[in-house]
Amino acid sequence: MSKREISRLSRRRFTQLAAAAAAAPLLAPAVARGQAAAHVVVVGGGFGGATAAKYLKKKAPDLRVTLVEPNESFITCPYSNLVLAGWRDLPSITHSYAALRDRWGVEQVRDEAVGIDADARTVTLAGGDSLSYDRLIVSPGIDLRPPEEGGIAGYDEAAHEAMPHAWKPGAQTLLLRRQLEAMEDGGTFVLAAPPNPFRCPPGPYERASMIAAYFKAAKPNSKILILDAKERFSKQGLFQQGWAQHYGEMIEWVSLSADGKVVEVDPASKTLITEFGMEHTADVANVVPPQYAKAIARNSGLADESGWCPVDGRTFESALMPGVHVVGDASIASPMPKSGFAANSQGKTAADAVVALLAEREPGNPAWVNTCYSHVAPDYAISVAGVYKAVDGKIVSIEGSGGVSPTDADDQVRQLESVYADAWYDSITSDMFS
Amino acid sequence: MRRGLWAVSLAAGLAVGLSSLPTAAEESVDIRLLAGTCAGCHGAELQGSGAIPTLRGHSAEYIRFMLTAFKSGERQATVMNRLAAGYADSEIDALADYLSSLQ
Repeated sequence: MSKREISRLSRRRFTQLAAAAAAAPLLAPAVARGQAAAHVVVVGGGFGGATAAKYLKKKAPDLRVTLVEPNESFITCPYSNLVLAGWRDLPSITHSYAALRDRWGVEQVRDEAVGIDADARTVTLAGGDSLSYDRLIVSPGIDLRPPEEGGIAGYDEAAHEAMPHAWKPGAQTLLLRRQLEAMEDGGTFVLAAPPNPFRCPPGPYERASMIAAYFKAAKPNSKILILDAKERFSKQGLFQQGWAQHYGEMIEWVSLSADGKVVEVDPASKTLITEFGMEHTADVANVVPPQYAKAIARNSGLADESGWCPVDGRTFESALMPGVHVVGDASIASPMPKSGFAANSQGKTAADAVVALLAEREPGNPAWVNTCYSHVAPDYAISVAGVYKAVDGKIVSIEGSGGVSPTDADDQVRQLESVYADAWYDSITSDMFS
Repeated sequence: MRRGLWAVSLAAGLAVGLSSLPTAAEESVDIRLLAGTCAGCHGAELQGSGAIPTLRGHSAEYIRFMLTAFKSGERQATVMNRLAAGYADSEIDALADYLSSLQ
């Protein structure tokens, strides 16, 4: 039986379980039964999970909270593009879980979650142990689709070395930076941008901007080619305006309809092949392939056919598995974007809902905010913002709210937004990790 | 300016009065949850961060005035105009009360 069949089978099984659970009378949680403190397990220590773990303890200090996260520290995707520009180093975007443990009393299990049994309410770990929970919050993030699962032909794991994705920050970020540093002036950097939905919608374009800033300073005769699987992209007008102002003709963007979709790569020759057969050879290639929710979500039955996890818009409880909440990039929270800010917002509301549900109270009615800054050039940044609410379990964007920075703003406004972007980074990381 | 402030407060007060009947589609938002989203930029304890101002130590009147002016565009900011445009007048009122009550 293939992995795919197993996951389809388990999905069906969990749907049956969900139906059975809905029909059965609700089991009183541990706290209501007057037993030991309820136990909430949080899987994944990124923007959604670290926030959820901290806010669970902040709202309910007596709760037992276990964070399942194999790493000792977290490297943020936001600002990893600035590492590519040479503006930041990796330690400056790396954050320790120490305060979550020592200040807030979150127990960290340094292991990886590999399975969820919603019936027994247990999480199994790669190391063989299992954890039982009263409620579970899963914030697993994304996986890159391999060639056989809707990814790009030839872009298997071995190809990640020759053509880094750098869409999970860390070693991949440094690898791409080293390749850019080794490239000769006059070379071509090619970025393959993914189809929707994917982590960080403005990310590929901020990345192109940051690499352009580096080229302008160090390798001014170089070119940047963005091959895109989309017809348009986040903050497009603002990015293109900034590119023209700062980089002239250095950046070329090829849309889907102009044959921008990369369907195959050859890592040996660093060649990217598009849908209609155009071959582009790069000196440095950055392939950001199609994505889906991380394996733990897909293999345990939290994801639907789309590869992402449907949730109740009010509590972020899974639509497929009762008692399990899914936040962050892995969840289907559209119109909220898959951003760190959104995940942080969702982590807080899921924590609040879990505390309420464990105490048999009605969860509060949430509202979310998202603000995403993108750096385009030194002292020049742009933003997109939005306000969202849950109406009848569905997330909606508030009419008249949100949108992008004005196109007619002057350089002072762009500079102000770059200052705010840096302040935002410090705020949100301290909100999660201090 | 004082007159402007008074007029804005009065308008906000009227709007709260008028919108006090909840509709099925617009249940009132838990204001702690809405205020919790401010921390993403204004800091874990809303104490401000670098160029981003603190939300602590202000009177309810001041917060109401600022958010209302951001919402109307009377006061130009960057993201705050776009965010405040998504807050109902009743939410601005509740945010002002909540934030001003923080120690």
